[in-house]
Amino acid sequence: MNLLEEELQAEAEESTGAAARSPAALTAFRRGASGVLVPIVTTVLAFIAAGVVVLATGHNPLSTYQSIFNGTGLNWLFPWVSGAERATAAGNLQQTLLQATSLILVGLAVAFAFRAGMFNIGGQGQYTVGVIVAVWIGSSFAGMPPVLHIVFAIVAAALAGAAWAGIAGVLKAATGANEVISTIMLNWIAIWFGVYCFQLGGPLQNPHTATTPVSSNVVAGAKLPVFWGSSTLQGLDIGIFISLALAVVFSLLINRTRLGYEARTVGFNPDAARYAGINVGRTWIRVMLICGAFAGVAAALDILGWKFNVFTNDIQTSQIGFYGIAVALLGRNTAGGTVAAAILFGALLTGTSDRNIHLSVDPTLVEYLTFMIEGIIILLVSTDVITLRLLKGGRQLRVALKRRPPEQPAASTDAASTDGAGKGGRS
Amino acid sequence: MSVGAIAVAQSRAVSPKQIGIAGIVIAAIAWVITIPPIEVRGMVPSIVLAVIAICAGAWSIAGGERKIGSEAIVVALFAVAGAAASANSATATLESVFTWSALVAATLRYATPLVFAALGGVISEKSGVINIGLEGMMLMGCFWGIYGADLLGSWVWGLVVAMVAGGLLALVHAFFSINLRANQIVSGTGINFLALGITGYFLEYHYGANGTPLNISMVPNVHIPLIQHVGFFGAAFGSANLMTWIGLALVPALTFFLFRTRWGLRVRSVGEKPRAADTVGVPVLRIRYFAVIASGMLAALGGAYLSVGFVGSFSNDMTNGRGFIALAAMIFGKWKPWGALWACLLFGFGNAMSDRVSSVNPTLGTLFEALPYVLTLVAVAGLVGRSRPPAADGIPYVRE
Repeated sequence: MNLLEEELQAEAEESTGAAARSPAALTAFRRGASGVLVPIVTTVLAFIAAGVVVLATGHNPLSTYQSIFNGTGLNWLFPWVSGAERATAAGNLQQTLLQATSLILVGLAVAFAFRAGMFNIGGQGQYTVGVIVAVWIGSSFAGMPPVLHIVFAIVAAALAGAAWAGIAGVLKAATGANEVISTIMLNWIAIWFGVYCFQLGGPLQNPHTATTPVSSNVVAGAKLPVFWGSSTLQGLDIGIFISLALAVVFSLLINRTRLGYEARTVGFNPDAARYAGINVGRTWIRVMLICGAFAGVAAALDILGWKFNVFTNDIQTSQIGFYGIAVALLGRNTAGGTVAAAILFGALLTGTSDRNIHLSVDPTLVEYLTFMIEGIIILLVSTDVITLRLLKGGRQLRVALKRRPPEQPAASTDAASTDGAGKGGRS
Repeated sequence: MSVGAIAVAQSRAVSPKQIGIAGIVIAAIAWVITIPPIEVRGMVPSIVLAVIAICAGAWSIAGGERKIGSEAIVVALFAVAGAAASANSATATLESVFTWSALVAATLRYATPLVFAALGGVISEKSGVINIGLEGMMLMGCFWGIYGADLLGSWVWGLVVAMVAGGLLALVHAFFSINLRANQIVSGTGINFLALGITGYFLEYHYGANGTPLNISMVPNVHIPLIQHVGFFGAAFGSANLMTWIGLALVPALTFFLFRTRWGLRVRSVGEKPRAADTVGVPVLRIRYFAVIASGMLAALGGAYLSVGFVGSFSNDMTNGRGFIALAAMIFGKWKPWGALWACLLFGFGNAMSDRVSSVNPTLGTLFEALPYVLTLVAVAGLVGRSRPPAADGIPYVRE
């Protein structure tokens, strides 16, 4: 009935060292297993469905998928790949992990809001202000000590992202403004402000390239050290470790702190949280601040790690905020799930980029095939019913349906189904 | 300077709310007098008016109307900034930016796709299904409209194919939201990705690197015989696109349907109290299906306007976030057709202004692009906080 209670109870039993074979522990284990299984089956289903489209339009899905897979660099993990192929694979895998670095953090930015019952569509805007601040600080202060410079840029980008998301949080807490609409608006304001900054004649445009709408380059001292691959050809930098560390922080924050507890409680039921004495408005604001900080760090790691500058066109065409939503949803708004989903999406992005695709496959088709796969994944994630049916058969399906009472879309095992836009969200 | 406000308040015939609204109006006037056709030169009158507006806002806040009062103050500050911008611009510049007839025409052009999609959003959400997938449904209409017009040789068929495509995608959303009881925001997000994939894939599959053909049959402009060459009206409305007029006509039509017909009442009732509607025999799920599919068709028409109505070609991700703007317009417009129309016109006006400003000062033009979003943010925080979505919006219905 009350899943939060159930969860807390399960946690308590775990900590008191209750027998691992107790019914409650078994249930918890099953739920955990389906928590891993459902996203995996979902992903496989999406690949199969998109494969049908490939087949129907007269292409070979197997060779297409093989080409994508080799483009991701994941074949580096196979010991029998060697020589030049191995070198290429290493380069691709580095690229995949670079993409995953920022996807993890933008995913966490969305996931944290979901856990608190909010829908943060504003990852894009928070990332964009992070980019502006990171590239500005990274390209200035040339004399600063390197480590200090990097920390300064990352912290400043995090604060910028936090402030940007905080606007939506404050508006929601103070006036009840729906965060879906305010974060969409903040996205566009950030994008146009970014274009203004770096366009020809803009305040942050590179003064040495007067005809190109691009920022100045990040100075050498502010670049993140590369530990795998070429430091000039986008090798893997230490940003991935910062990202993974922040995923751990996310997990601790959600599961082990008072703020995390309050956020989850507000996410399950804001009214109940209010009666329990939780300051709901303050929780919304804090959650949004943290979300924005995650997205801001994502931007800083991209800029200081491998992009080093930003074109106005990058700002206008970036889709990372929406990938972040997909990553968070597929990862079921948990730290581990988000990391795994980010690596999957990073791999898809790298595997389908033009330069990695085998000549026998049309790169544009594959690029848009990726969007289809992502769309189907998200659709399937929006309801577990289809996947559950495949996993458990019809009887459990009916049980699953009964466990979703109509008045409480929030009360589902995954926090993705919180009522971000239900009754509480759009008050 | 606050004498006026105090005098009004002392009469006690006016509520703090009305004072706040008066403050907003006065603040707007402070800016409007500095632009053509009035063009007051110098800042003094504007500042005087703005100060009056701020006092009215403060009075209103003191009277308990915090939202409207702060709204008046914010608008007054914007007005001072706008008046300062006007005062620092040459008269010729002002007149080239504020060519009202061209501004109105451009506003209508930019607002048209938004109007269709926002109306689609209204009907879907009135029935209780959140539709974040408007963007994707627009994009479907955008591509399949071109495809239909190209394949079948006429823009009429283009629009029909667009509506079918948008309706089919909406059917997917409806199935997930209504039958599978998915989280509707998540499902809508999936719809957007799916549409991006489908349109990009089939653009490449059907047309390859060459893009869509050039000689597409396009929706005609309507040349109104009498006013076509009559000064302001001629330039503003004389040759607007047929779809612009259809979009505008749909606003009263949808209002009538929703609020004056039996079926409209049913749509609203399943969005407010599905259990009660079900009890009296209204087919809740079927009506929601109808509303979501209609919403997809309308959004697709909005998308088709971009391709078949305006540009004559399709490029990937052509809608570029307009579906989200339409969604914002619908919420801004308080889930009502007329409200959505005004919000769409505001966004259209922002785009049109930014075009005009860009022609004079490209740097400033970019910042103007952001203005409608800033205004929406302010308005959402102030006025729309009071509005309420349909009670069952986003909540799946289960029969007992």
